[in-house]
Amino acid sequence: MAVAEQDTAVRTGRGTRIFIYGILLLFALFYMMPLFVMVANSLKPLPEITGGNMMALPETWTVEPWLKAWSTAQIGVEPTGLRPYFINSILMVVPAVAISTILGALNGYVLTKWSFRGDKIIFGLLLFSCFIPFQIVLIPMANLLGKMGLAGSIPGLVLVHVVYGIGFSTLYFRNYYAVFPTELVRAAMIDGAGFFRIFWRIMLPVSGPIAVVCVIWQFTNIWNDFLFGASFGGQSQPMTVALNNLVQSSTGVKEYNVHFAGAILAALPTLLVYIVAGRYFVRGLMAGSVKG
Amino acid sequence: MGFLDIRNVTKSYGLVEVLHQVDIEVEEGEFLVLVGPSGCGKSTLLNMIAGLESITSGDIAINGRVVNGVHPSKRNIAMVFQSYALYPNMTVGQNMTFGLEMHGVPKAEREAALADVARLLQIENLLDRKPGQLSGGQRQRVAMGRALVRNPDVFLFDEPLSNLDAKLRVDMRTEIKKLHEKLKTTIVYVTHDQIEAMTLSTRIAVMYQGYVQQLGTPKEIYDTPANVYVATFMGSPAMNVVPARVGQHNGVPHAVVTTQDGRAQALRFSQPNMAAWEGREILLGLRPEAITDPEGADRNSANIVGLSNRIGVTEPAGADTFVTMELGGRDVIARMRADANVAAGQEFSFAVNMEKAVAFDPETERRIAP
Ligand SMILES: Nc1ncnc2c1ncn2[C@@H]1O[C@H](COP(=O)(O)OP(=O)(O)O)[C@@H](O)[C@H]1O
Ligand SMILES: [Mg+2]
Repeated sequence: MAVAEQDTAVRTGRGTRIFIYGILLLFALFYMMPLFVMVANSLKPLPEITGGNMMALPETWTVEPWLKAWSTAQIGVEPTGLRPYFINSILMVVPAVAISTILGALNGYVLTKWSFRGDKIIFGLLLFSCFIPFQIVLIPMANLLGKMGLAGSIPGLVLVHVVYGIGFSTLYFRNYYAVFPTELVRAAMIDGAGFFRIFWRIMLPVSGPIAVVCVIWQFTNIWNDFLFGASFGGQSQPMTVALNNLVQSSTGVKEYNVHFAGAILAALPTLLVYIVAGRYFVRGLMAGSVKG
Repeated sequence: MGFLDIRNVTKSYGLVEVLHQVDIEVEEGEFLVLVGPSGCGKSTLLNMIAGLESITSGDIAINGRVVNGVHPSKRNIAMVFQSYALYPNMTVGQNMTFGLEMHGVPKAEREAALADVARLLQIENLLDRKPGQLSGGQRQRVAMGRALVRNPDVFLFDEPLSNLDAKLRVDMRTEIKKLHEKLKTTIVYVTHDQIEAMTLSTRIAVMYQGYVQQLGTPKEIYDTPANVYVATFMGSPAMNVVPARVGQHNGVPHAVVTTQDGRAQALRFSQPNMAAWEGREILLGLRPEAITDPEGADRNSANIVGLSNRIGVTEPAGADTFVTMELGGRDVIARMRADANVAAGQEFSFAVNMEKAVAFDPETERRIAP
């Protein structure tokens, strides 16, 4: 950070600095507000919300809403809490992210280092897939999943998300590998490494930064997806659908504190991925391979 | 048949032919340099020898075996790339032994080979570092080390020194030459630097526009260039090429050139075959060191001819002083001793070593003498 400061072109005076930090603080508070409201209300007993001020801190602190959201709340008709759906989401998102990232890396590798006739067209078509709206594919996808015997199952959801994710993951890796020096691949060929060995030993070890970007992107998208989950989830609905069912349940009193806790639970994994993966987002892995 | 045979090799990308009928035989232990300007097809030819580019037509044979369809790793070659192409995630030691590992060489043997080469190149202390922690010169050494460890039939170098700064480049050049003298392995070396070509090679192939213009020893290339292109590409400053007419005096052919003030001056040829060109226009090639002050003229030459002309510019360069003048309507550079007494604008009596003169046909630009 010290280096970055020295690089700043404009020297700022004290007044300007206070102004800048003031503005930044204001925006930070503004963006923190919803999270504050959610956390504060998830830790209150229900009467404090219905009878009082949403903005206030709890008078009596309780984790009861969290426990309820997690294990006993009414989701649809079953009093299971969000836990089974959370597990569904994990079972769906981990393989889907892993498979789409690995396939994207392979695609990027082939498209940049093993060019073949028509590779540009293939890449164009893959890119095109990034722009197809979800709604268009719902019916044909349902049809296909049915025929494959994957309807309403987690493997079915994984398949859908992998297919949808490949376009983006390919785009990421292709652009990353396009500037990866081809001479390295050639050197490895002369050294006797084959297609997969070059990928595994030469390309993947330096793909950290783009893999992190890809994982963050895929994880967020797949975890947060509602439409596919609602359409193809069947008995294996993901967290997003369950959260909807929790919040939208039409019977009984609306337990806002439980809803808040549930919503935070649903958002936690993506937050975690940002914090953990972001730490590995280091640059400079390529340093020294080619002339400095 | 040589050790490395390039027979009638052609390369096309789509409809564009970028290499035309290249024919080179390299003997075992030779140091062949492919030299030419950027885009002339040097790297393409080298990559075809390596197996990284397909051969459109013709054959390449290494050690008696045609390798046209053979995978790069099975040609028993090793290549040093311009960018060094070191694997960034591996240590220097791993970089150097990766090829052996891929070829299934047992670990003990790999370690032994690595130790030998590391000692030879004096990089023992670098083996545990990553390429990112090395200087340019060190990376260059490691890249060479990676090739040496393989103990190949042929080394291929693609402009290995062009990323180094001037001083280091000269040092590494000497080192490569020493290495070749020690190992006696066949080398094909690509460069656009004619000095590298002259100093390193046992033979040079000068390439231009996808053709091998001339193939020969450095001396042949320098003294008897096949055409005007080779003559002006090799040597620095470049060979002077001036229009002249062939005249005759006492039965001896002369080159008649026009000085700056329009006088005709006759320079006697030593090459007898020039008589056939009497009365015709030619291009006369004179290297800068063949035009000197009289004191600096080559004493072993049997044919030093006087030439008086007006000096244009003088450029003291330390070891020599370069003098520019106008001859036959062209700028001509002469190379004086450092302390030759010359001044701009002065009329000066030059000594021309006509034994070293080269004559070209002005139409085909091919050499006609000597
Ligand atoms: N993959 C390619 N497709 C089309 N043309 C190419 C390709 N590679 C090289 N060329 C052309 O072939 C010629 C020779 O290139 P190259 O061998 O790299 O030249 P050099 O190494 O002598 O600078 C150049 O004109 C270049 O534009
Ligand atoms: Mg080149």
